[in-house]
Amino acid sequence: MNKKRPKHLALHRIKLPLPGFVSILHRVSGALLFLALPALLWMLQYSLRSIETYTQLMEVLAFPLAKLLLLGVLWSFLHHFCAGLRYLAIDLHFIGNLAQARSSSWAVMAVSLVLTVIAGVKLW
Amino acid sequence: MVNRVVTGAHYGIRDWLIQRVTAVVMVVYSLALAGYLLWQPYLNYNIWTALFSNLAVRSFSLLFLLSLFYHAWIGVRDIVMDYVKPPGIRLVIHVLVILTLLLYTIWSVQILWGM
Repeated sequence: MNKKRPKHLALHRIKLPLPGFVSILHRVSGALLFLALPALLWMLQYSLRSIETYTQLMEVLAFPLAKLLLLGVLWSFLHHFCAGLRYLAIDLHFIGNLAQARSSSWAVMAVSLVLTVIAGVKLW
Repeated sequence: MVNRVVTGAHYGIRDWLIQRVTAVVMVVYSLALAGYLLWQPYLNYNIWTALFSNLAVRSFSLLFLLSLFYHAWIGVRDIVMDYVKPPGIRLVIHVLVILTLLLYTIWSVQILWGM
């Protein structure tokens, strides 16, 4: 068999399919959540320790930048949550073919973004 | 001959299972907490601390945090194994992540029981 070499790939026509995109975002959001852990634990501590620290925390969270960071963490959580549920569904064979893999990826993106927007509206 | 590396995963099926069990624990806790908070007409310090004065809530919260740290270890280790190849650097990162998560565990107990 004589294969034609070299092969020329049309790189501009190759793109990451949506399930792959959701997969890499699952990894990115997980890494972000890991990096946010000290801040989140600090927030839990200040929210519980005393009324003074609780008030301090609320003052910090009133800053627009703090709200923006919190919203970023919230999106990471919601995306990781939804994408994780999708993987559990795949493990249980609820999602088995390509069409389902694609539609569930769309659902993960949409649901996590909509919930982030709702949380953002409530936050502001 | 099986080529085992000290910075490898070793037990794929066990970690795979732990990753899912801890995930389910976190899903149940998140939904319960979110449900409770959305049920409240408003939130203040008293309502928040009253919730955590309950021993069951504290215990479940600690279970959530321990699940989170174990889950984070497996996730971060997989990321490091994919992108960091030199064994020395990988080992240093692994040790730092483990120590950090162990410190978070101690911190979590202090937060929940040291109020």
